Amino acid sequence: MSRTAKILEYLVAKRRVLGIAALAFMAGLVIVDWLKEPAYSRFFWDGIGGFAAIYGFLACLVILGVAKALGYWLVYRKRDYYARYGEATDD
Amino acid sequence: MIDWLHPSVLLMLGILPLVWLHGRLRQIWQIALPALVLVVITTLDAGTRINLEFMGLELTPLRIDKLSLVFAYVIGLILIIGNIFALQVEDRAQHIAAGLYGASALGVVLAGDLITLYVFWEIMMIASVWLIWRRKTQVAYEAGMRYLLVHALGGMLLFVGVIGYYLATGSVAFEKINVDGWAFWLILVAFLINAAVPPLHAWLPDAYPEATVTGTVFLSALTTKTAVYTLMRGYPGLELLLWLGVAMTLYGVIYATLINDIRRLLSYHIISQVGYMVAGVGMGTALALNGTAAHAFTHILYKALLLMGAGAVLHMTGRSRMSDLGGLYRYMPITFLLYMVGALSISAFPLFSGFVSKTMIVEAAAVDYRGVVYLLMLLAACGTFLSTGLKLPYFTFFGKDSGLRPKEAPLNMRVAMGIAAALCFLIGIFPGTLYAILPFPVDYNAYTLSHLLKELQLLFFVGLGFVVVIRYAGGKDYIGLDVDWLYRGPGRRLAIRARDMIAEANHDIRAEFMRVLGRLQSRMGKAHFDGSLLRTWATGSMALWTALVLALVLVLNLGA
Repeated sequence: MSRTAKILEYLVAKRRVLGIAALAFMAGLVIVDWLKEPAYSRFFWDGIGGFAAIYGFLACLVILGVAKALGYWLVYRKRDYYARYGEATDD
Repeated sequence: MIDWLHPSVLLMLGILPLVWLHGRLRQIWQIALPALVLVVITTLDAGTRINLEFMGLELTPLRIDKLSLVFAYVIGLILIIGNIFALQVEDRAQHIAAGLYGASALGVVLAGDLITLYVFWEIMMIASVWLIWRRKTQVAYEAGMRYLLVHALGGMLLFVGVIGYYLATGSVAFEKINVDGWAFWLILVAFLINAAVPPLHAWLPDAYPEATVTGTVFLSALTTKTAVYTLMRGYPGLELLLWLGVAMTLYGVIYATLINDIRRLLSYHIISQVGYMVAGVGMGTALALNGTAAHAFTHILYKALLLMGAGAVLHMTGRSRMSDLGGLYRYMPITFLLYMVGALSISAFPLFSGFVSKTMIVEAAAVDYRGVVYLLMLLAACGTFLSTGLKLPYFTFFGKDSGLRPKEAPLNMRVAMGIAAALCFLIGIFPGTLYAILPFPVDYNAYTLSHLLKELQLLFFVGLGFVVVIRYAGGKDYIGLDVDWLYRGPGRRLAIRARDMIAEANHDIRAEFMRVLGRLQSRMGKAHFDGSLLRTWATGSMALWTALVLALVLVLNLGA
């Protein structure tokens, strides 16, 4: 295994520590955003500290939810679906 | 300064030796040629023009200004990178197609009139389809044929639109399209097809993932971005484009999140990212247009990097479905790290290129107090990081071990990815270099505390969301139907049925005609033999018939 792979493996092994560090960093971001004077007052959310954090978290869930719902309700088909219309398949 | 030398012509002539060069010489020429073309482009000054008259039309095959130069620089760059990535490919048809495709894309962005633009537009289509067909599978052939048909339709619309534009204005100069009526819309639709704006987009995720590993790199860079250029030139400030662009950003992101094939996922992200650019054109302010040009520049580099990463995985493992991959980071760590540079760039992570370009377009929306546009663009940005920066790399390089034990990608592939990654980094760290070549003076600083806080919160909390729902996020072994279903499914059936009906009707009519002819022939033969054709006519009946015919002629003439 290459040295780069070993470094990556070490980081994967330390994922719990890295996760905690990331959470601490994120908490720090929100706190700083909360405390600092808002740079803009263009929209009402400019004054809400941590707005981007909440928006990012919810956006992730919404996009994944909408995508999966669209997939299962409407657009997911088996891989050889177009074979019924006479197309070649790569299987 | 080489004012008379058109870079496209140089590139087109330069690819001729590729017909007979092979081995190391072919490889050297394949890199030297685009490098030479880039050097020529850098010698061109804004204001340079080549004018000529052709059949009474005032043509401008070369028009250099700041807008065309931004695109020309990055096309030159990507031709070098793409050719390095393709060095090991022993298929001269592909290299020639890529060269011709690049030359025509350059021709489009340097064209000062619509006729030249149209000619290069069509060459671009004909050259690029070979990058799909040279995959040499039946699936690729069929996808390429659909790609060709859609673009042929687009080309036709452009052609008719240009004729209409000429008839209305008496000029073919390519400036802002200021004409009322159908010519305005035909040219716009032709540009929108190439920009892959839904619902005219399905050719892109249909064809790009079926192209060759190396061909996709060129495809991702050229067709849609030349279309963005033409929109910037022809339709700046068209409000419709703003909303189409915003819809595109979300459409691409949603589909990318549900798709399983990694190259198709990245293709949907082309639509999403081009959406930012189309929206920027729609806003039409100096900041938005600068953002569009900057984002086209950075996008070409990071998207090529992402597709090179995914292509390297396909090249080494033979697989591109996320559900068949996993655990590759131990075997392809360099590919993984370089891919991540592209992923962080497209996600607009600080210090990476997308951060200095995408945020410019989003900021343009904020400056105009367009709150809904701003929030929807942020939503799409979150989705981009979710699927390109988290989902794809996690389920490809980490996740469950797929049992695959590939070697690292070949050196030339890593070098090409390395150059693209270095550029993504450099632009992210020193945005001033990019800002200096944008069409308008730049008064924007991406690295303010407020921007950094917003972007970092957004992305890190998307990451948190991903960790929470990771068990539902993996790739499912399905395909996702898109609007191409209309012409691949029922449309195809309808066309085949119509073809069969026409063929059947044709057959029946011919048979009936032959039957009547046969009957007539036998009757004539009978009449000949029984002598009825030779009998004499009474003078009285002849006079009657003549009178009738003359009366008829008289009546018809009186009526006229």
